[in-house]
Amino acid sequence: MKKKRLGRGVIVLLFTFLALTLSACGDPRLTTFSPNGTNAEESLYLIKLSAYIMFAVMAVVFVLLLYVIIRFRAKSDDTSIPKQVEGSTLLEFIWTAIPVIIIIFLAVITINMTFSMAQDHSEDPDAVKLEVIAHQYWWEFRYPELGIVTAQDLYIPKGKKIAATLRGDDVIHSFWVPNLTGKIDTNPGYNRDGTLQNVNRFTFDSKTTGIFLGKCAELCGPSHPLMEFKVIALEPADFEAWVAKMKEPVQVKGQTAVQGEKIFQQNCAACHAVDASDQAKRPGPNLANIGNRLTIAGYLPAETEADMRESLVKWIEEPNRYKPQNEQATVKTVVMPPFKDKLSKEEMNELIDFLLEQKQYDPANFKIGTEVK
Amino acid sequence: MTTTHPNAMSDIEAHGHERSAEGEVQPTIELVTQEGKNKQLGVWLFIAAESVLFASFFAVYLALRHSIPNGPQPKDLFELPLVFVMTAILLTSSFTSVMAVMNMRQLKSSAMKGWLVLTWLLGFSFLLLEIYEFNHYVHMGHTFTSSAFGTAFYSLVGFHGAHVAFGLLWLMTLLLRNARREITPYTAPKVYSFSLYWHFVDLVWVFIFTIVYLMGKVG
Amino acid sequence: MATVAVRAESERKKKSMLWDYLTTVDHKKIAHLYFWTGLFYFLLGGLEALLMRTQLAFPLNTFLTGKSYNEVLTMHGTTMIFLVAMPLLFALMNAVVPLMIGARDLAFPYVNALSYWLYFFGALVMHIGFLTGNVPQGGWTGYMPLSLPEYSGFGMSYYAMGLQLSGLGTLLTGINFVATIVNMRAPGMTYMRMPLFVWTTLIASILIMFAFPPLTAGLFLMIYDQLFGGQVFNVAGGGNVILWQHLFWIFGHPEVYIVVLPAFGIFSEVIPVFSRKRLFGYPAMVVATALIAFFGFMVWVHHMFTVGLGPLANGIFAVMTTIIAVPTGIKIFNWIATMWGGKLRMTTAMHWSVGFIFTFVMGGVTGVMMALPPADYQYHDTYFIVAHFHYTLIGGTVFSIFAGAYYWWPKMFGRLLNETLGKIHFWFFFIGFHMTFFIQHFLGLWGMQRRVYTYLPGQGFDLANLVSTIGAYLMAIGVIVFAINIVYTFVKGKPAPADPWDGRTLEWATKAPVPEYNFARLPLIRGIDALWLEKMAGHKEMPVIEDYHDIHMPNSTVLPFLMSLTLAIAALGFIWKEEFNHAFLYMGIGGIVLTLLVMFFRSVIDDEGYHIPKAEIEREEMKGVSV
Repeated sequence: MKKKRLGRGVIVLLFTFLALTLSACGDPRLTTFSPNGTNAEESLYLIKLSAYIMFAVMAVVFVLLLYVIIRFRAKSDDTSIPKQVEGSTLLEFIWTAIPVIIIIFLAVITINMTFSMAQDHSEDPDAVKLEVIAHQYWWEFRYPELGIVTAQDLYIPKGKKIAATLRGDDVIHSFWVPNLTGKIDTNPGYNRDGTLQNVNRFTFDSKTTGIFLGKCAELCGPSHPLMEFKVIALEPADFEAWVAKMKEPVQVKGQTAVQGEKIFQQNCAACHAVDASDQAKRPGPNLANIGNRLTIAGYLPAETEADMRESLVKWIEEPNRYKPQNEQATVKTVVMPPFKDKLSKEEMNELIDFLLEQKQYDPANFKIGTEVK
Repeated sequence: MTTTHPNAMSDIEAHGHERSAEGEVQPTIELVTQEGKNKQLGVWLFIAAESVLFASFFAVYLALRHSIPNGPQPKDLFELPLVFVMTAILLTSSFTSVMAVMNMRQLKSSAMKGWLVLTWLLGFSFLLLEIYEFNHYVHMGHTFTSSAFGTAFYSLVGFHGAHVAFGLLWLMTLLLRNARREITPYTAPKVYSFSLYWHFVDLVWVFIFTIVYLMGKVG
Repeated sequence: MATVAVRAESERKKKSMLWDYLTTVDHKKIAHLYFWTGLFYFLLGGLEALLMRTQLAFPLNTFLTGKSYNEVLTMHGTTMIFLVAMPLLFALMNAVVPLMIGARDLAFPYVNALSYWLYFFGALVMHIGFLTGNVPQGGWTGYMPLSLPEYSGFGMSYYAMGLQLSGLGTLLTGINFVATIVNMRAPGMTYMRMPLFVWTTLIASILIMFAFPPLTAGLFLMIYDQLFGGQVFNVAGGGNVILWQHLFWIFGHPEVYIVVLPAFGIFSEVIPVFSRKRLFGYPAMVVATALIAFFGFMVWVHHMFTVGLGPLANGIFAVMTTIIAVPTGIKIFNWIATMWGGKLRMTTAMHWSVGFIFTFVMGGVTGVMMALPPADYQYHDTYFIVAHFHYTLIGGTVFSIFAGAYYWWPKMFGRLLNETLGKIHFWFFFIGFHMTFFIQHFLGLWGMQRRVYTYLPGQGFDLANLVSTIGAYLMAIGVIVFAINIVYTFVKGKPAPADPWDGRTLEWATKAPVPEYNFARLPLIRGIDALWLEKMAGHKEMPVIEDYHDIHMPNSTVLPFLMSLTLAIAALGFIWKEEFNHAFLYMGIGGIVLTLLVMFFRSVIDDEGYHIPKAEIEREEMKGVSV
C-alpha cells in the first residue's frame, strides 16, 4: 500500500519536473518556446503566465488530494461511520472566489493582448504587403506592392511588419510559423459579386534574421502534413537585394539547360512560371529561384545539388506518390501529372539542369540563421 | 388468458365523467393517465428541440439570403398575395385544431372528428399551394441547386413543408384508426399531441412569412 | 376501449434471448444493449487509436498512408464520441436512473428502444464505408469544403447519414430522460433529493435537446451538398464554409458537457459511497452543473479562434470560456471535501475516481490556458489540443465509465467484477494514459500539428512520439485486462448481493437481480441518500406507499428495430445513388416509405401493455429476501 502512495507522489513530482525541462527541448527553428517574432513572443508570455498560475492551482489540488487519500483511508476492520458533513458556506465561497479573481486577472490581460495582436497594418506604408494563398498542398506568396510572385519559401525583411491577407484556393488551410506567429486560417470563398469572402488579414514580423519552419495546421487532405514551407527573414538591405534579383529574368547558359528550357515550355509552362513577375493565376507554383529552394515540394531534401537533383527527379516523375491526393475525390485534382513515362532520362536531366539554373538569390550567401536563439 | 384489469377501467371511467360534474380543476381527458402526462411533456420537449432545429435553418437562411451568383432575387421572386393566402389557410387550420381539442375534452367525438377533417383539408390545400409556389420558382430559375440562397430557401421552407406533409399523414392515420373509436384516455393524448405539433408548425410558418417573404420583399 | 391483458409469468418467458433483446423495451435490457454495443465500438476505436500511434511511432513511417491514416483518424474520433462515450453513458443512465428515482421504467419505453436501434443502425451505416471503399476521412469535425465529394469522395456521406440516424436516437433519449426525471419520480423524491447522477443526467439531457438540433441542421445541409446538389458550403454557388463550423461547434461544445456532466455525476455517486460520507455541498454541486451547462452554450467560438472572426468575438468567447473553470473548480474541491474526514475504501471504482480528479484537473487547467486567444493561436490544431481533450474525455468520461462499470456491475449483471484484476486494469490504463498524452502537450508546443499522418525526422518530435506510442500500448493492455475481468466474472464470478457496497441511493434498495418492474411497491423517499437515511434509522428496507397490486408493463415490440432498419436502408440508398448508380434513389425513397409504414402500424395498432398479476409479484418478493 505504501508503495502506491509513494508512486503517486513521484508522479506529481515527475510531471512538474518534466514540464520544466521539456520546454527547453524542440527544434529551435520550430518550437514556440524560442520566439523570434512579436506575435510569438506575446503568445509565449501568455502561455507561460497562465501555465505558472495553473501549476499553482494544480499543486494545491494535488497536495490536498494526496493528503486526503493517505490520511483518510479506512482500516480494513473499521466500520465506523464518519460525521456526515453537508457542506460549508465559507469553504465553498473561498473556492469560488479565488478562481474568479484568477480569471478576472487573466481576462484583462487576454482582452488587451487579443486586441493589440489584431492591429491591422494593411494601410501602413512601412509594412510589407503579402498575399498568402494556400493550395492543396503548397503555399503561394504574392507581394502586390513589389510585383513578385513566389512559392514555398517566404522571404521577409527582419524588423518590418508583414501585413498579410490570407485565403485558401480549395479547402481550408492554416498558416503557422511557430517561431514567428500563431495560426490564422486560410478560408476559401467568393461573394456574389466575385469578391472574396472570409479573407483574413493579420500582421506578423520577425525580430531576427533566420530560417523558420512553417506548417499547414488545418486538416486539408491526405498530404496535409507534407504541406510545409519556410520563412527566410533577411536584413532589410538583403531583402531589397532579393527583391531586385527576383525581378531579373534568368538567362540559362548551359547547353543542356537551353534544351531543358524547351522541354519546360512544352511540358510545364502551362501550369508553372519561372518568372517571379508573372502575375497570372496558374495551377502550379511559380518556380522562380527554384535552384535555391531549401526543400523540394516543401519537404524533400535539397541541401546539396545532388540531393536537389534526386528530389526533383522523384517529384517530377511521381508527384502523386510524394504528395498523394485522394483518389476517391469526384473532381480529380491531381497535385501534378506524373512525368515518369513522358520524359526520357536525358530529357529529365536537361529539364532539371534548366530548373537548377533558376537561381536569382541564394539565401546562403547572406548571414542568416546565426541569430536564431 | 386475456382479462380486463378492473382498476385500470375504473380509473378511466371515473376521470372521463367526473370533470364536468365537479367543476373543480381536474386533469382534462388527455392528462388523466401517466402515459398521457408523459406524452404531453414529451411533445413539448420535442417542440423545444425542433425550435432549435428551425432556428438553425433560419440562421443559415439569413446568412445566405444574398448569396445568389445565379438565379433571380427574392424581390422578383416572391408574390405576397399567394403567401398571404397560404398564411391565412394555415392559421385557420390551427384554429380548427383548437376546436377539435375543445370538443374532445367535452367527449364530443363526431364534432372532434369533423374539426379534424377540416384541419386536414386546410393543411392539404396549404401544401398544394406550396407545391404550386415551388413549381413556379423553379420555372423562374430559382432551384434547390441554383445558388446557396436557393438551397437555404428550400431547406428552410421545404423543411417546414415536409412538417406539414408529415402532420397530414399523422392526422390521416389518427382519423383512420379512431374512425370507429370513442374518445378515451388512451386515444385522447394522441389527438392532443397532434394538435400541439400542428400549432408549432403553424407558428414556424409565421416566422417564415416574416423573415423569408416580408424581409425578402423589403430587404 | 381496448383491454389491458394480465399475463402470467409462464406466458411471458417463451421468447428466445435474441428475439427478447430485439423487441425489449425494458430499460435494464436496453442498458445491456447499449453497454455491449458501446464496448464493442470502444475496442474498435481503441484499435484505430493503436493503428495511428503505431504509424506515428517513427518519422516518415509507412505503416499507414495519408489517406488511410485520415480514415482511421476520422473514424476514431467519430466512434469514440458518438458510438462510445454517449452510448456507454446511456447504458449506465438506463441501468440506474429509473432505479434511483424510484420509477418502473422510462417515460417512453418504446422510444427508448427506438433510440437504441437508431444508434445501432447509425453506427452500422457509418461503418458500411469500409465495405464500399469510401471511408469518412474529413475528421470527426467534418469541416467544409474538405468533406464534399469533390475533395473526399463519399466517405463523409456515410459519416453524415450515420450521425443523422444516431443523432436522432440521441435526441429522443434526451427527451426521454427529461420526461422521465420530471414526471416519474417516486413520492418524496423532490428535485433537491435526487442523486447527483440523476441531476447530471437531467441537465445533460436538456443539453442534448438544445445542442443536437444544430448538428442535425448542419448534417442535413451537408447531405444536401454532398448528394443533392446543394450549394450551402460550395463557394462557387455563393456558399459559406464557415457556417458549418458555427453549426458544428454550437453543437460540439455542449456535446463536451453532454459526455462529461454524467461523468461528474458518476463520481459524485462513487466518492460518497466509498468515503462513507454524504456529498459535500450538494446544492453547490447542482448549481455548478447547471452553470456549466448554461455557459456551455456560449463558448463555441473558442474552437474557432483562428478562423478570423476578429478580436471582439474572440475576446468575448474567451472570457465566457474561462468562466466555466469556476463551477468546475467548485466540483473538484467539493469532491475532495467529500473525501476529507471520510473512511475511504480504495476499491477499483474509487481508484478511477481519484485518478479522475488527478487527471481531470490537468485537463481543466489546460482548458483555461487554451481559452486565451493569444495563447491559443499557438495551441490551436496542435498536439496540445489533442492532449487536452484526451485528458478531459478519457480522464473524465472514460474513467467515469470504468468507475460506473465496476460500481454498478452488480446491479446491471448481478455479479461483482474482480477487484484485483480491476486494479491491474486501472494502473496499466492510468500510467499508459499519462505516458501517451502528457508528452503530447509538448509535442504541440514544439510545433507538431494534429491530424498529421507523419512527421519529418529532425524536427524534435521523434522520441516524444515513440514514448507516446508505448503509452498507448500500455493502455491497450489495461483494456485487455478489463476484457479478461468481464469474461472471468461471467464464468467464475459469484452472484452479488443487492447492496454490495453499503450504498446510499435508491438503486441499492432494489433486489438482486432487479425484477422487470423494479419496485414491487413504490418507495417513499425521505431525504437525500434515501437508502442511507433508512439504514441510519435502523430500517432494513425503504418505506413503501402502496400495497402489492397488479403492475402495468409496456409490451415488447419489434417496430423500433424495423423503423431504424428502414431508415438505414433509406440512408444507404441516398448515398449509393451518387456513389454507384442513380437507380439507388428508389431504394432511398422506398426506405422512407417503409419507415412511414412502420410508423403507421405503430399508430394504428392499439398497444396498452399488460399487467403482471399481484400474486406473482408477491411470490417473487417472498422468494429472494435480499441480504
